[in-house]
Amino acid sequence: MKLTERLRSLTRPVRSVPLARHLLVGLIAFLVVAAIIGSSSQYLQTRYAEMAFFAIAAGGLTVLTGLSGQLSLGHGALMAVGAYAATLVLERTGGETLADVFVALLVAIAVCAVVGVIVGVPAARLHGPYIAGATLTLAVAVPRLANQWEFLGGEQGLQVPVPRAAELPVWIQDLVWFFTAAEIDQYSFLAYLGWFLLILAFVALANLSRSRIGRRWRAVRDDDVSAELAGIHLGRARVVAFTVSAMCAGLAGGLMAMNVRLTAPGAFTITLSLTLLAAVVLGGLGSLTGALIGAGVLAFLPHFATDLGESAGLSATQAAEVTPVVYGLVLMLVILLAPAGIVGSLRMFLARSSLGQTKEKTT
Amino acid sequence: MQQFLDTTLGGLVLGAVYAAFALALCLIWRSTRIVNFAQAAMAMVTTYIALSLINVDVPYWVAFLAAIAAGFVLGAVIERVIIRPVEGKAELNAVILTLGLFMVLHGLTALVFGVQHRGFPAPVSTNAMTVGDTSIGITPFGILTIVVVAVVMAGLVVLFRFTDLGLRMRASAFNGEVSRLLGVRVGRMLTLGWALAAAVGAVAGMLIAGGDLVNPAFMDPFVIYGFIAAVLGGLDSPIGSVIGGLILGLSLSYVTGYVGEHLAPLVALGILMLVLLVRPSGLFAAAAARRV
Repeated sequence: MKLTERLRSLTRPVRSVPLARHLLVGLIAFLVVAAIIGSSSQYLQTRYAEMAFFAIAAGGLTVLTGLSGQLSLGHGALMAVGAYAATLVLERTGGETLADVFVALLVAIAVCAVVGVIVGVPAARLHGPYIAGATLTLAVAVPRLANQWEFLGGEQGLQVPVPRAAELPVWIQDLVWFFTAAEIDQYSFLAYLGWFLLILAFVALANLSRSRIGRRWRAVRDDDVSAELAGIHLGRARVVAFTVSAMCAGLAGGLMAMNVRLTAPGAFTITLSLTLLAAVVLGGLGSLTGALIGAGVLAFLPHFATDLGESAGLSATQAAEVTPVVYGLVLMLVILLAPAGIVGSLRMFLARSSLGQTKEKTT
Repeated sequence: MQQFLDTTLGGLVLGAVYAAFALALCLIWRSTRIVNFAQAAMAMVTTYIALSLINVDVPYWVAFLAAIAAGFVLGAVIERVIIRPVEGKAELNAVILTLGLFMVLHGLTALVFGVQHRGFPAPVSTNAMTVGDTSIGITPFGILTIVVVAVVMAGLVVLFRFTDLGLRMRASAFNGEVSRLLGVRVGRMLTLGWALAAAVGAVAGMLIAGGDLVNPAFMDPFVIYGFIAAVLGGLDSPIGSVIGGLILGLSLSYVTGYVGEHLAPLVALGILMLVLLVRPSGLFAAAAARRV
């Protein structure tokens, strides 16, 4: 008994300080994930890498929509901006070393931060269907620009140079070899990189939503008049939320470019934006765990649904359409039956059952 | 000069189609305060129904009427089954719901009819008309488009201004509770509003498809252009929607003609933002503050 109390008092700083707690959870999560990635097949590694960049974008979107209450259907466009920024940098630098990769991703984040402010300022004044329509227009308009300017490569898009595993610092190669007994190759590298950045981004987002900034967002979302009376600058809070969200989308876009190895306007359709929305609505708006679940669905469902469609006798192009139908149905069913999404519904269920228990105790 | 005239005429035809779309959005907004982002997908479905009829040698105009009827039924069913549960709830829910509907209709059409492009016939010629020796930038089908949109518009004005049914629809949109007390079947009126809107959307779909290629994505730009045209007109005013559609059609036609085709959506976004920031209630709506 005494020992456990002792232990508790020792770990209190970790449990009570959000940053320490989030970092610890992040570290453990990364070790677990790294072990899983290291022992997976190449196909699964690619799926994990895909899940990572979807989760980063969905995390940014869920913070924006769930916490600050602004809907964005333009995240596909923001991912496109990030992807093109990263691709252009990688083209210049050659993109073979780890440093090149990080420089490209940082540029993608920075460019998206600027775009986020530009879009966020007018978007802060819109609500409901208006912001939906405006951001949807953004999703259509931005990828089309690639056809307008020569250096963006037009409809065929730009090839993305891929980092070579042999150029990675020796200590990373040794570390991976030590833990997984497998050589790091291009596919596992992208999966490790994706999940490393995903966990960093989620720790940052979790901390942000626990901070004063996050409290302001929630206040603005729940009641903008009261928030304003309490001294919160509505516009500023919303623009900050949009910018943070855009930076996540930029990072996700940069990672997507490296994974897909081709950056072309055809990859950033309205459907991509709506798909991201489906992911966060399914998981539960405002929940990072929900965003992760949604991203998992985005990474694994298309192959599953396409296989299912093909085994049902559809042609390959038709089978590819099964996925958007499923996403659309998910959006509609979640809104009609469980608007809080998976995580929100679970939380409500748990809260209700624990409430029932305390009631039983008191009576 | 010749190019300017051609671009203007092309813009007017385009504007007429946007106007029809904006009109459909406006009808739904007036009755249920929902922006229907699935409007274009619904019109795409009815256009495919008409195409399948035409392919089995049904006359064009019969197929046209069938598309309208299909739109009417589709709109009524969607309102009754899918939209009714979220009416009056958080506005985000309705938006997400119609977006989900957009994806489902889109995907299902591709599953049923395939994703390949198909030719769609037009009842009249789609070659540019000539005056003397010079050809001018409008086709007989373009003129038909403008005429049909004008007829639809006039029909709606007559319905809302001069009939008992229109009065009841306006009343239930204006104040559902009071109308219900006065004996108006409000639920039925809302369903009728959606059905009418979908029928107008079906007309727009036929006009867009005529003489062109269709595939399940052919209506996608109209999701946003119809919305922008409706917002230009203030979402609440049918006349405003039509004028908004014409303004948008002309602007985009000039941008496409003189600057670059791929910049059109960006310019549309610019117009939308400008209107929303300067006159959020639209160019034609009576000034009204947003209730907090």
